[in-house]
Amino acid sequence: MSRLFNRKNIRIEEKKLEIEGGVNLAKILLEMKNITKTFPGVKALDNVNLQVEEGEIHALVGENGAGKSTLMNVLSGVYSYGTYEGDIIYDSEVCNFNAIKDSEQKGIVIIHQELALIPYMTIAENMFLGNERGSKCKINWTETGVLARKYLDIVGLKDSTQTLIKDIGVGKQQLVEIAKALSKNARLLILDEPTSSLNESDSKALLDLLLKLKKEQNLTSIIISHKLNEVSYVADKITVIRDGSTIETLTKGVDDFSEARIINGMVGRELSDRFPKREPKIGDIMMEVKDWNVYHPLYSDRKVVNNVSMNVRKGEVVGISGLMGAGRTELAMSIFGRSYGENITGTLKINGKEVKLRNVQEAIKHKLAYVTEDRKGNGLILTNPIKINTTLANLDAVSKNSVIDKDKEYEVAVDYKQKLKTKCPSVEQNVGNLSGGNQQKVLLAKWMFADPDILILDEPTRGIDVGAKYEIYCIINQLVDAGKSVIMISSELPEVLGMCDRVYVMNEGRMVGELDGKEATQEKIMTYILQSSGNKEVK
Amino acid sequence: MNNDSVLGFIKKNTMILVLIAVVAFFSFQTKGALLLPMNVSNLISQNAYVFVLATGMLLCILTGGNIDLSVGSVVCFVGAVGATLMVNKNLPIWASVLIMFVVGTLIGAFQGFWIAFVRIPPFIVTLAGMLAFRGLSNVVLNGLTISIKDKSSFVNLFGGGADCYIHDFIGNGSLNLTCLFGGILAAIIFVVVQAGSRFKKKNKGYELEPIWKFLVKTVGIVAALLAFCYKLAQYKGIPTVLIWVLVVVLIYGYITNNTTVGRYFYAVGGNEKATKLSGINTNKVYFIAYTNMGFLAALAGMITIARLTSAQPTYGQNYEMDAIGSCFIGGASAYGGIGTVPGVIVGAVLMGVINLGMSLMGVDANMQKVVKGAVLLAAVIFDVVSKRGGKLIVKN
Repeated sequence: MSRLFNRKNIRIEEKKLEIEGGVNLAKILLEMKNITKTFPGVKALDNVNLQVEEGEIHALVGENGAGKSTLMNVLSGVYSYGTYEGDIIYDSEVCNFNAIKDSEQKGIVIIHQELALIPYMTIAENMFLGNERGSKCKINWTETGVLARKYLDIVGLKDSTQTLIKDIGVGKQQLVEIAKALSKNARLLILDEPTSSLNESDSKALLDLLLKLKKEQNLTSIIISHKLNEVSYVADKITVIRDGSTIETLTKGVDDFSEARIINGMVGRELSDRFPKREPKIGDIMMEVKDWNVYHPLYSDRKVVNNVSMNVRKGEVVGISGLMGAGRTELAMSIFGRSYGENITGTLKINGKEVKLRNVQEAIKHKLAYVTEDRKGNGLILTNPIKINTTLANLDAVSKNSVIDKDKEYEVAVDYKQKLKTKCPSVEQNVGNLSGGNQQKVLLAKWMFADPDILILDEPTRGIDVGAKYEIYCIINQLVDAGKSVIMISSELPEVLGMCDRVYVMNEGRMVGELDGKEATQEKIMTYILQSSGNKEVK
Repeated sequence: MNNDSVLGFIKKNTMILVLIAVVAFFSFQTKGALLLPMNVSNLISQNAYVFVLATGMLLCILTGGNIDLSVGSVVCFVGAVGATLMVNKNLPIWASVLIMFVVGTLIGAFQGFWIAFVRIPPFIVTLAGMLAFRGLSNVVLNGLTISIKDKSSFVNLFGGGADCYIHDFIGNGSLNLTCLFGGILAAIIFVVVQAGSRFKKKNKGYELEPIWKFLVKTVGIVAALLAFCYKLAQYKGIPTVLIWVLVVVLIYGYITNNTTVGRYFYAVGGNEKATKLSGINTNKVYFIAYTNMGFLAALAGMITIARLTSAQPTYGQNYEMDAIGSCFIGGASAYGGIGTVPGVIVGAVLMGVINLGMSLMGVDANMQKVVKGAVLLAAVIFDVVSKRGGKLIVKN
């Protein structure tokens, strides 16, 4: 492998020489120079430089928390001029944006990961929200409709302009956002994780649209994405950001665009030492799910989990891999005391005995724990101290006749703080003030204190830095060494491969593959997913 | 972060400092009349219902900034029912009191059911209750006033009428010694408990708050307690109703601070989804909050008709606003999850002092309302802005 790399590098060097020989004529549309942005106590961006040529698709990659979104917020004026250092040069003039409106006037439009559309308004109304046609006192609905149609045709959306946003899928909503941006005469489009909630075919369609707009309208885009295969597919240049600094910019056709190369830049080290070693001691089946079906709580005809069967053994780490929206979280939460979904059917066996868990209390009683992927929304009480969060799922263990023994509670919290190496001045600290990694540790502590035998960890390392990830992996290893079972839901393939003894692959609500940890590879997992996509009748 | 600094201490106790400032201001403006023993005593008797209702309201607010608009009407309705039973139907006092508690609790449970299990917004449910029970009070009373005999045991028990003070068992002079000794005893118990818990923490090697903070707190509270009891002793002694208030405050202070149920209120308000996923029945928490509100509204109803020795269809108007205001002024968060019983008491006292001070100064009653509104708004603005790190305007 490394030999191959070297050979490639030599080729790249040669190519570089060729290009530098020629004159680069493309115009620089945007230049961000030495951008530094400090939040209280944290330097989010440190001397970041970014150059975007007119008519190119520029990808911005980096780990969570590397500073990509902060950089884009600086660019679009979310952080107004003066709150950061450095210059933004756009269309060869220095820009001082005070609000999003200022940047939009210049044709810089940002589309956020969470779409900013209003469900109960029509497509046309949404497209011209804040930019209404006609006069202030009388909206010209005819013009609105005609213009909306025009831009919808450009992005290739055939639905009526009068359709309500809530009635179309996320993929189409994404197109509406782009049409909206075009209607504002966007010259530079910024897309923050545009495909994170799209399935494979919708993602492909979106990326192709970007390529088409680039060709036909000379539209420049900056795309932030974690999906490296998409990035290599669509981007002309890739800028890698790590820990708030620009690491490098790779150019298509000049540099190596392989995922390994990009990951190397993002992580700053080789993949091999990212996971602590463990000798698996795998025992009997601890929990078994059979023919599990779950329907969506609101759209009761939508099956989110479709006939899933799986099991986990004592002392085993089982991974559930899959794309976002594959139904993994829904599966986990429906098992965990029916905290998600309706019309749940199927059998659940714990320690060989069939159990019915009707609510979370019963799940906890059966020594099951679910550590949520959304630690801020579903996991922690941010306004409460560490100690209160630590004991919340098992208050009975620190109380007598429902009177809390506060000394005991304090001791428990301190104990877990030391065990998990949580970095905090004291356990009286509010959880909201901790970093993501430390919040995750508090969340883990909370569920470890509930003393479960089976832990379902949903994206346990999302949004935390590499060091903290390693510590979380060590904790997982300790748990299974102590005879617990761990089900790890993760969208990061390297993590699944590095940690799991066995891997299930889930797609569109179904289990589409099962692999032994040793024989699993990224390619195999992706193949399972791709083969099952849009091919609903298989298996 | 800077919890140990003097600034942090001040920030944490802003409302107490504001209270001291307000007391100083009105004492100065009224040339000391505010702190006359009679006025201190009146402050308690007049505002007893606020303390009781605000404590119950705190539990509702903790669950997520939810309020109960119906308490004023429930106070009136329970009072109307009680007066009818005692006076018109000649029911014994114990039975009447029992029925009043049951009626209040049932009303609370009824509203709590819709809020907790059907998830109708509390604002709507209690608005409906506010209208309905005001109307029902009128129906029960036939639009008339029922007078309750002064110095009857009901009135005495709930601290109203002419004889509403605890009998002085020891002294017989101008100074009420029972009250004074009670105060001293309470102070001693307080100091012993505080010192004991600190000593225990030290022995176990827990982190301690700095000693100066501990001393300032303890000495401050003891001084306030003794001064307060001395003032009461100079007048007629302990108002009977103060016992009720104390019982409510101590019990609910203990529940919110030390029990698992109390913890659930804070958890639900802090993050309901996380609480649910921690295996806590959040519906039940809402239900308890509103049922309990009904129970305490019944107590406040008894206090009200005892104090006014009658029941009228107009009683209890705006009581809900007094209770809600006290909670927010006392530092409860409008988003839920934050707030303490002692804080709410400080808020209620602050409102009471402002009321009393302005009345003594002869401020027009309408202007008093304006001032109270301004204080409420200022307190919540302060709370929200300080949580946002001092930024006043939210960027568009």
